[in-house]
Amino acid sequence: MEIAIPQTAERENYLNKEYGIWSWLLTTDHKRIALLYLVSITFFFFIGGFFALLIRLELLTPAGDLVQADTYNKLFTMHGMVMVFFFLIPSIPATLGNFLVPMMIGAKDLAFPRINLLSWYLYIIGGALMLHCILTGGVDTGWTFYAPFSTNFSNTKIVEAGIAIFIAGFSSILTGLNFVVTIHRMRAPGMTWSRLPLFIWAHYATSIIQLLGTPVIAITIVLVAAERALHLGIFDPKLGGDPVLFQHLFWFYSHPAVYIMILPSMGVITEIIACFSRKRIFGYQFVAFSSIAIAVFGFLVWAHHMFVAGISVYSALVFSFLSYAVALPSAIKVFNWTATLYKGSIHYDAPMLYAFGFLGLFTIGGLTGLFLAALGIDVHVTDTYFVVAHFHYIMVGGAVMGYLGGMHFWWPKISGRLYPEGWARLAALIVFIGFNLTFFPQFVLGYMGMPRRYYDYSHMPEFQVLNVLSTAGSTVLGVGYLLPMIYFLWSMRYGKPASDNPWNAAGLEWKTASPPPTFNFDQEPVVTWEAYNYEELDTPPKAQEVPVGR
Amino acid sequence: MLNNFPLWPEQASTLAHHVDALYIFLLVVTGMMALLVCACVIYFAARYRSQPGVRAEQIEGSDALELTWTVIPFFVFMAIFLWGAAVYFKERTPPADATEVYVVAKQWMWKVEHAEGQREINELHVPVGRDVKLIMTSQDVIHSFFIPAFRIKQDVLPGRYTVEWFRATKPGVYHLFCAEYCGTQHSGMVGSIVVMQPADYEAWVNGGPTRPLSASGEKLFAELGCGSCHRADTQGRGPNLQGVYGKPVQLEDGRTVTADENYVRECILDPGSKRVKGFQPIMPTFQGLVSEEQVNALVAYIKAISDNRPADGAKTTASAVPQVPGKTQHNGSQVQ
Amino acid sequence: MADSSTIMGLHQEEEHHPELLHHFAEPEQQRDAASLGMWVFLATEVMFFGGMFCAYLIYRHWYFGDFAAASKSIDAKLGGTNTAVLICSSLTVVLAVWAAQTARKALLVAMLAITMILGMVFLGIKAKEYADKFEEHHVPGATFSFDHVPIPGHPGAYANPRHAQIFFSLYFIMTGLHALHMIIGLGIFAWLLAMAWKGRFTPEYNTPVEVGGLYWHFVDIVWIYLFPLLYLIDRHP
Repeated sequence: MEIAIPQTAERENYLNKEYGIWSWLLTTDHKRIALLYLVSITFFFFIGGFFALLIRLELLTPAGDLVQADTYNKLFTMHGMVMVFFFLIPSIPATLGNFLVPMMIGAKDLAFPRINLLSWYLYIIGGALMLHCILTGGVDTGWTFYAPFSTNFSNTKIVEAGIAIFIAGFSSILTGLNFVVTIHRMRAPGMTWSRLPLFIWAHYATSIIQLLGTPVIAITIVLVAAERALHLGIFDPKLGGDPVLFQHLFWFYSHPAVYIMILPSMGVITEIIACFSRKRIFGYQFVAFSSIAIAVFGFLVWAHHMFVAGISVYSALVFSFLSYAVALPSAIKVFNWTATLYKGSIHYDAPMLYAFGFLGLFTIGGLTGLFLAALGIDVHVTDTYFVVAHFHYIMVGGAVMGYLGGMHFWWPKISGRLYPEGWARLAALIVFIGFNLTFFPQFVLGYMGMPRRYYDYSHMPEFQVLNVLSTAGSTVLGVGYLLPMIYFLWSMRYGKPASDNPWNAAGLEWKTASPPPTFNFDQEPVVTWEAYNYEELDTPPKAQEVPVGR
Repeated sequence: MLNNFPLWPEQASTLAHHVDALYIFLLVVTGMMALLVCACVIYFAARYRSQPGVRAEQIEGSDALELTWTVIPFFVFMAIFLWGAAVYFKERTPPADATEVYVVAKQWMWKVEHAEGQREINELHVPVGRDVKLIMTSQDVIHSFFIPAFRIKQDVLPGRYTVEWFRATKPGVYHLFCAEYCGTQHSGMVGSIVVMQPADYEAWVNGGPTRPLSASGEKLFAELGCGSCHRADTQGRGPNLQGVYGKPVQLEDGRTVTADENYVRECILDPGSKRVKGFQPIMPTFQGLVSEEQVNALVAYIKAISDNRPADGAKTTASAVPQVPGKTQHNGSQVQ
Repeated sequence: MADSSTIMGLHQEEEHHPELLHHFAEPEQQRDAASLGMWVFLATEVMFFGGMFCAYLIYRHWYFGDFAAASKSIDAKLGGTNTAVLICSSLTVVLAVWAAQTARKALLVAMLAITMILGMVFLGIKAKEYADKFEEHHVPGATFSFDHVPIPGHPGAYANPRHAQIFFSLYFIMTGLHALHMIIGLGIFAWLLAMAWKGRFTPEYNTPVEVGGLYWHFVDIVWIYLFPLLYLIDRHP
């Protein structure tokens, strides 16, 4: 389906406009900043992934024989902290979001380009500090750093890690701020709210969460750091404090954070499904409002992480009920995506394969959330591998699949090159298989009672078979992730040059060159059509009007 | 063959089959939902694969369909919620006359003390068919007492008591895990729940130390001089503690609280915070002067000098002396 | 060719207001974006302080008497003076914005300067309060002591020092973070003052003053909440 055209003279675009390291490090072009982020988050992805590999290797055998207990505790902590704060939270918004939000709404850049650059530098500083922390000993509290273990008992570098996350959090806030203002104020003429691509709606909802939620983890980190440094007693029961208060403050952010991680991915999937079904998304308004509903309800369910923490039965009832409420909009989206396929004209290019994978894996992950929201079941499975499997299905099976699908879909636009389709389809399949093999056994392990964060399960050797399956799967998954790294890099030199719109997709970003010029459009677009106008796009050229804007 | 690849642990408590029933229901319902979605996706993807000359049909949406697939899942979710809540209520409501066992968690072991006085480390012996209530606290960080075969779990917190209960239905030895990450040897903080036939349990009980917890508490009460203020009449500078456990208490600041384990504990460790109305704030704090086990003993003693019958409707109070069906009741100092 | 894709970039050739950044179509769009941006940022600040307020309110509910005793030991007169100082500074900020909008450069510079002076007075008084607390050993940590301090309204009852320490921990963290925001505000106003002095603000372009003013008002409002919550627990005339 892609169209490649040979280019005789290379047109000026955002990549070749200027060369030299400073033209990158001092850029305010949202597209270059997106690439800066792309390189940095990929780096952290592989660090987090490396820790995951070591975890899975340790769990091949019941005995704790690969690494020592303290080392293992640091491995799962750093895996979590790096993956959550330095990969998943920025991933789609800072790369695809930064690149596409202005283009999709017809703007020349984000509202605050210098703040955009600042947010990347904050990410880098936070990341460097985290890296330093890891290299000089790391942290062993779990990414959830519960008090009083983190405030009074652990001997690791919690304050340093906390500062790193604090700084990275600021980066996240500024990205959200930029997106909200941009979407409100910088839409091209004719680009009304109801004509916005659903990718934009998803990022808008995500930004609301980033803005309102991240400051709470920031203050939590400040309180933990102060308590550690000064022995204050805010969370220490011996001094009159309450460790459960920490959990409330922590989860008040960290639950909405998971919606920061999944909403952008949902936005990507929506765009891909529309394009490769050649039709408008079924139920546009419902999908748009579901994104907002997820953002709002997402703030109301945090204590479902605390059903056995010592909260009252009545609190637990309220949060369980609300957790079912927040599941509803996600279900609605899945149904709308499925309905979009009906009577479509479906193409099986790699982005669509990732979208299919997403549909399956996100559905399973989301449905297992229903288990966890059920109080009676949660008591048994919380803090076991059931939860680990659940969130990996959503975050890896969901968010990362969406991220990879989006990278493939927009790669021609970003790089001006086509990736090798055959390898991409293979990689999608390998990721799907590897993923299921890694994480499905963990549901069973969890219900069987294997607790999380155990490096030695020699008292329960019956858990070994499933652990071996899981580790085997993780190696397959690793291969699946390495492949795109390799062929994307390869394509930058040897890939076929891409046309403006190799997918014949809808959306303003496809009406400009691949790669785009620095200011995105030669003329400001004026939008007179609805989103997902695939009807028009698939109509033979002589029946179409001249496309506007480029 | 299914025994070699179990999908769930043994069902060894009265709660287990309730939890598993809900689990199976969820498996079926979510399985159906997943199959429905996957079937549609696969079918549509195949049936509507792009063909030359065939165009996609632009469909805006369908309010009727949206309503349907919002309302039906909503009712399904509500059913699951209500069922889950019902199981949870059972799980969090210990029967009034459950046998009490005190648990103190510390990095990285479980210290168990029965009311009859037996102490165990990383093990808990219980008889089949008896309601057992665990009154738990931690000496250091948050731990979690998890028995997969019973389907119960409860975080164990420093600074207060948390409670969980069970009635074992099958003799055997079952895993006990710490389920809240607590540091280096978190994965080593495992143990066994040993469920015995009543006769075997009696034998085990009789083979151990003979002083019940409440008797230790009585001794401590005297040693620490509590009785000099807390006299068994109205002349004391502190409230009379006879019969106080499980009853409502009027506080100086106007609130009324129930004298449960946590209240008694708080009075010992932080006397000023919930002072009883009509008494002066002169009680010294025993924070740092008594260990968790000693606090447990005092709590057990306070319970012992209260009425044996639980207060009306108060499900969480327990009699001071464990009731064994068919046996006459002894007072605290004798082992049954 | 002039380009503005680096932060050191120059303007493009077209005729437009010198302050218009070229990714905006019109000055009004730029001003609306800046204003919305600051409001959104202030919303994040509300959430940031909100976490602390939440912790404070919970502990105050649990340990009311101890908190009342601790609150009595901080100087409400100094706190009250600081409140008056900040309210005045909000007035000067409003006047500065008006001055910028009505091309009154001298007034603008004066109001910005007075705002900064008032801000520094605030910080000076805060420093005095902190010094007092340090002397009285009310700073949480190893040197903290709060023995035998009566609970107001409950003769014979004394505050629990551990609970009082929680009050002081929250006091220092909340007022400390507030003071940090004041210092940042002073930095912003120093920059505004310098720009105003150079004549950069006109009735057509005064967005930084407006947006800086919003920030200052927010810091003021946080103090308006902090003062009664921290200083005025259970006070009687």
